[in-house]
Amino acid sequence: MNLLVQIYRYNPCVHDHPYLQDYSIDFPAETDMMVLDLLHLIQETQDETLSFRRSCREGVCGSDGMNINGVNGLACIMPLSQVVKKNKLVLRPLPGMPVVRDLVVDMALFYKQYEKIQPYLINDQPIPVQERLQTPEDREKLDGLYECILCACCSTACPSFWWNPEKYIGPAGLLQSYRFLADSRDTAKKERLSNLSDPFSVFRCRGILNCVNVCPKGLNPAKAIGHIRHLLLEEST
Amino acid sequence: MLNNATSLSRSGLRDWLIQRATAIILSAYFIFILVYLFRHPHLTYYEWHALFSNTWVKIFSVMALIAMVLHSWIGLWTISTDYFIARFQGSKAVYIRLAFQGFFALLLLIYLLFGVQILWGVSS
Ligand code: SF4
Ligand code: SF4
Ligand code: FES
Repeated sequence: MNLLVQIYRYNPCVHDHPYLQDYSIDFPAETDMMVLDLLHLIQETQDETLSFRRSCREGVCGSDGMNINGVNGLACIMPLSQVVKKNKLVLRPLPGMPVVRDLVVDMALFYKQYEKIQPYLINDQPIPVQERLQTPEDREKLDGLYECILCACCSTACPSFWWNPEKYIGPAGLLQSYRFLADSRDTAKKERLSNLSDPFSVFRCRGILNCVNVCPKGLNPAKAIGHIRHLLLEEST
Repeated sequence: MLNNATSLSRSGLRDWLIQRATAIILSAYFIFILVYLFRHPHLTYYEWHALFSNTWVKIFSVMALIAMVLHSWIGLWTISTDYFIARFQGSKAVYIRLAFQGFFALLLLIYLLFGVQILWGVSS
């Protein structure tokens, strides 16, 4: 089997423009591997200048989010058999982000939005001797929220985030925001909500649902955004 | 940097609610008109005139008109702050955005004034 891999290449110090570079790879038939393994193979056998991020290579660290044949995903858990169409694979960096080099993007704005939602527990009650307890039911409310690995696949698939990455928190940040809004131990609900009430932070979500389609952890940021809207409604009516 | 000075209510939630409420009024109005048209397949000028002479129909129509203006403004404001931003048009963005917003603000205002005048002008 011959596979044509086209990879987005750009090194701002050397190239004037980004371009797609072709790599051709021969496999024994029926071979399958993850996209990340393929990148390593190309890097080791054909082109050692190829740059990409990766760390855990098992879908836990969130560092190898990229655009795989048009859909954002984690290269390390995306098998070729699932994405290759007509023996062709196109790899690009996460859309809408400034490119540092090849598949490596600058995540500064993404993290800035994350920072804005105060991603930590705020509690103004006296610190208990041991720990802050939670009932199993309250703990269950965090399921589907805490699993986010901040890979940015969702936010960089969201048109609203493409247009206004400085002002719209984006699906990843909002999912995390709801993770703390829903936490029974957090006492800053009012403050958190008032930080989200402008026309951009939350309300730029137009329900396009790209975020839900791409999340490699199967999470549902759009649902969390709906919950935040509901809380804002409760709070101010 | 964008701010919210030209948004309808400056509050995301309020804009969002107004957008929903006006959508409901508009759909109700269009359903009302469509049903009316269906039940009067050979509509004459006199029937049409009689319909709009009814005070309740006038009130409903003006409500729908206002709803249309508010609904459009929120939508157009959102479009202008999505697509006419410094990332795309650089320092010119603010002028394009203001021109776009100004044009549609004027247009919607004209719609509103004309609409009210026409609707209220129908003799009973
Ligand atoms: S919600 Fe999913 S896609 Fe978005 S950052 Fe978290 S893990 Fe990644
Ligand atoms: S549902 Fe909202 S957050 Fe998700 S992709 Fe669409 S606009 Fe973005
Ligand atoms: S390498 Fe860690 S998620 Fe892919």
